[in-house]
Amino acid sequence: MTERLVLCAIALAAVSGMPGVALGRKSMAGQWIAAVLAIVGSGLGLAGLVLFWMFDDSQPVVIPWHLPGAEFNVAVDGLSAVFLVPIFVVTMMGQLYGLAYWKQTDYPQNGRKLRFFYGFLTAGMALLVISRNSILFLFGWEIMAVSAFFLVATEDEKPDVREAGWIYLVATHTATLGLIALFGLLHAVSGSYTLAPLAEGSISPAMATSLFALALFGFGLKAGLMPLHVWLPGSHSIAPSHVSATMSGVIIKMGIYGLFRTLSLLPTPPIEWGVVIMTLGAISGVLGMAFAIGQHDLKRLLAYCSIENIGIILLGLGLAVIGRSQGRADLVVLGVSGSLLHVWNHAFFKSLLFLSAGSVIHATHTREIDSMGGLAKAMPWTALAFVVGSVAICGLPPLNGFVSELMIYLGMVDLLEGSSAAFAGGALAAAALALIGTLAVACFVKAYGAVFLGVARSQAARQAHESGLPMLLALGVLSACCFAIALGPLALAPIFDKAVAVWAPDLPEAAPRLVTLAPLNWVTLMGGVLIAALVAARLLLGALLRHNGSTRSVTWGCGYSAATPRVQYTSSSFAQMLVALFSWALRPEVERPKNLPLFPRAARFHSEVGDVVLDEAVLPSFSFTGGLFSRFRVFQQGNIQTYLLYIFIALIALLLWR
Amino acid sequence: MDTVIHNSIHVLLAFGLAPLLLGITNKTKAAFGGRVGPPVLQLYYDLAKLFRKGSVFSTTTTWMFCAGPVVGLVTSAICVLLLPLAGGSAPISFLGDPIMLVYLLGLGRFFTASAALDTGSPFEGMGAAREVTFACLAEPAFVLGLLVLARLSDSFQLSTMLGTSLATYWSSAGASLALVLVSWSIILLTENCRIPFDDPNTHLELTMIHEVMVLDHSGPALGMILYGAALKLFIFGALIVRLVFPPTSSGLLDWPLLAVGLLGVAIGLGVVESTMARLRLTHIPLFLVAACLLSGFGVILLLR
Repeated sequence: MTERLVLCAIALAAVSGMPGVALGRKSMAGQWIAAVLAIVGSGLGLAGLVLFWMFDDSQPVVIPWHLPGAEFNVAVDGLSAVFLVPIFVVTMMGQLYGLAYWKQTDYPQNGRKLRFFYGFLTAGMALLVISRNSILFLFGWEIMAVSAFFLVATEDEKPDVREAGWIYLVATHTATLGLIALFGLLHAVSGSYTLAPLAEGSISPAMATSLFALALFGFGLKAGLMPLHVWLPGSHSIAPSHVSATMSGVIIKMGIYGLFRTLSLLPTPPIEWGVVIMTLGAISGVLGMAFAIGQHDLKRLLAYCSIENIGIILLGLGLAVIGRSQGRADLVVLGVSGSLLHVWNHAFFKSLLFLSAGSVIHATHTREIDSMGGLAKAMPWTALAFVVGSVAICGLPPLNGFVSELMIYLGMVDLLEGSSAAFAGGALAAAALALIGTLAVACFVKAYGAVFLGVARSQAARQAHESGLPMLLALGVLSACCFAIALGPLALAPIFDKAVAVWAPDLPEAAPRLVTLAPLNWVTLMGGVLIAALVAARLLLGALLRHNGSTRSVTWGCGYSAATPRVQYTSSSFAQMLVALFSWALRPEVERPKNLPLFPRAARFHSEVGDVVLDEAVLPSFSFTGGLFSRFRVFQQGNIQTYLLYIFIALIALLLWR
Repeated sequence: MDTVIHNSIHVLLAFGLAPLLLGITNKTKAAFGGRVGPPVLQLYYDLAKLFRKGSVFSTTTTWMFCAGPVVGLVTSAICVLLLPLAGGSAPISFLGDPIMLVYLLGLGRFFTASAALDTGSPFEGMGAAREVTFACLAEPAFVLGLLVLARLSDSFQLSTMLGTSLATYWSSAGASLALVLVSWSIILLTENCRIPFDDPNTHLELTMIHEVMVLDHSGPALGMILYGAALKLFIFGALIVRLVFPPTSSGLLDWPLLAVGLLGVAIGLGVVESTMARLRLTHIPLFLVAACLLSGFGVILLLR
């Protein structure tokens, strides 16, 4: 039943945008049809997942396909089920949000295109997650990748949008190239395109390592792990916000899914793989956050935070790989569960943050943090949603980020008992996670403070307004998801135990379960105590304020009474010390006045943190390669007959060679 | 029954006597300066006064302005309950509670700094920026110290990590613990905004960190902030005392030991503040990196 419901959901999602294409440019009917179809479809899919978890109701669907090697083979297992949840929830909220955010009446030129590809994006992702055939997987993967390109390039009349879309397209196809090599190699060693676990000892360690390296490259590029993240900040910031939310919340998780799936197919990994994954995770986590702190484009900031969260997810995955290589069931359970729960958490709180950022941008028509300020008064509900998302992304109790980070911490602490190397590694990783957490606090205090608090810094910010009901509803549902995970993790434990069993089939039957390894009941209890105590203390303060009386006045300016909004601390000034601390990696471009005279006139300070890897490694090497290849221009004749001739010659040559 | 007695003493001592520590520190400083100084109970008088006073709110502020003091106080109060003070275990104790402690303090910092930004005052923005920046370096140092204890005790629960077997670790891995002690002492100074990191008595807003973040708070909200700060000093003081004086097996002897230790911390704080100058702001990160490295060396010394 589960597979059939999920396939129904996929079909509904795929067709959701089509009626709108036939309807008029100015009519909202198409948009409502798309939203209703998407919501019904996602609801069906989620119902199927509930059936799966409650009754293990899985019947794989296998239909032969005439394409050589391919087979329409889909099945839901513990691992796919976990990844289907964010796909359905986030895209459902995205469609709902879009009803007020990207109204067809406001965007007649591209609204229909957006919804057409948004539906296909959902369908492609759900298909790749449930497919058990590598060619079908690649079909799903390409549907996702290409739809996402059209979504990033929604406003393709703008040059910066075209540039970001172009970089995304190159990156995603480089990733696909890696995946084609990966699946080709898998076929060469297993003789089949079916995604089934390889028997222990059936492949040489060198072959296993090549497969792992290809997976890490292809899926890592999609997940945006550092230094393969170059496409991510640009495309996340330029896309419409509900598309950014889907990209950051779900699409990059497909890379994580691919890594999980590939590792579950390969035989017992050597410990070095785990060390590599954890190292990359720590680098992505710390530097992703450091780059985020340096940004003053709100959506670029959030995009770099996605890289940081991918880092946390990889820290958990690395732990699990180490656990599997050493036969340590506790590490596997804590690592996989922490990592997968963080996939959920990040999907919910990051799409919450992107959607709140979208509301802000909708209201102020700018992404520049330093032109905002004081929006909490005009947009109280959006501000509240942003606080919830910020506390959650910082991993602070009583919200959901804390639960998954706690699991990963506990896994790292389990490493401490082992050999000296394990102790040193575990200690370093835990210290990195602590650093990531505090950097996140700095980053989100800056973001919330500069956007929502203080006084408006521009005319647009002064005229901001609260967003429409569908947008607020989406924010509310995602906030509720964050609270629900934080307060009831115990109920989710069996879901992750199922995923662990799929990921590490060699785990003994008597392996410990998540509930015995992580203090999930204490998390619930402490969350409840914390919330109750906060409410009580606030009521006490309120009673005291009422009893003693209070007056309102201007902010104390330390004796200076002519303060303007421009004297406020900006996001750049707030971040300045941390950017300086990390300047070895961020390489900020700073423009400051030098040799000021005794009575200085107006001066200008400006700092900008670009993307080091993109600007200093990828673009130069691409233009160098482009220069090399320009010698092949002679073959590029520009008429189709010549190209057909090339294909003909190539085919003959291949046939003769064979 | 024993646990009930212990927990009652715990709550009474921590919540009742925390403000006393600052009084003792200030008396010590006065003695160094040749002054009489404010009474030891001055903070109690201040709190009693503040909770009866009216408040002034800036027209710029939102609900976040009140959330800062509330969250700061509540998180510190819950952290106090997570501490093992004497005898067996803390009132609240579970696997992974050190992480809860660290992240609760982080939650307090998030809202205190946001409340500061809520006023739109450049001075408070400055304080908030410094607070979150220095925390980025202090927290890894603190966590590394915790990991040393976790490795030694083979557990990740404060009550066991700082339990009765701590005494044997001092003989087997004393060097590591000594490094952690120094590192945590540095963290006590920075987290509680004391000299040489921050000067609670300065009257120049540009140089302050914590005090400048709460410039606009008044009345009961300011009282909550001051009491929360006292609790925070108590938390770090008690952790250090517990590290130096591992609990004895009898249990009840621990309470006088704790009192003596905290007295030592308070007087030591006064001595440090009287004999040292405030660091230049740009040197503070270097000093905190040193704290990280000290804890890191503590980790390295355990490798064998």
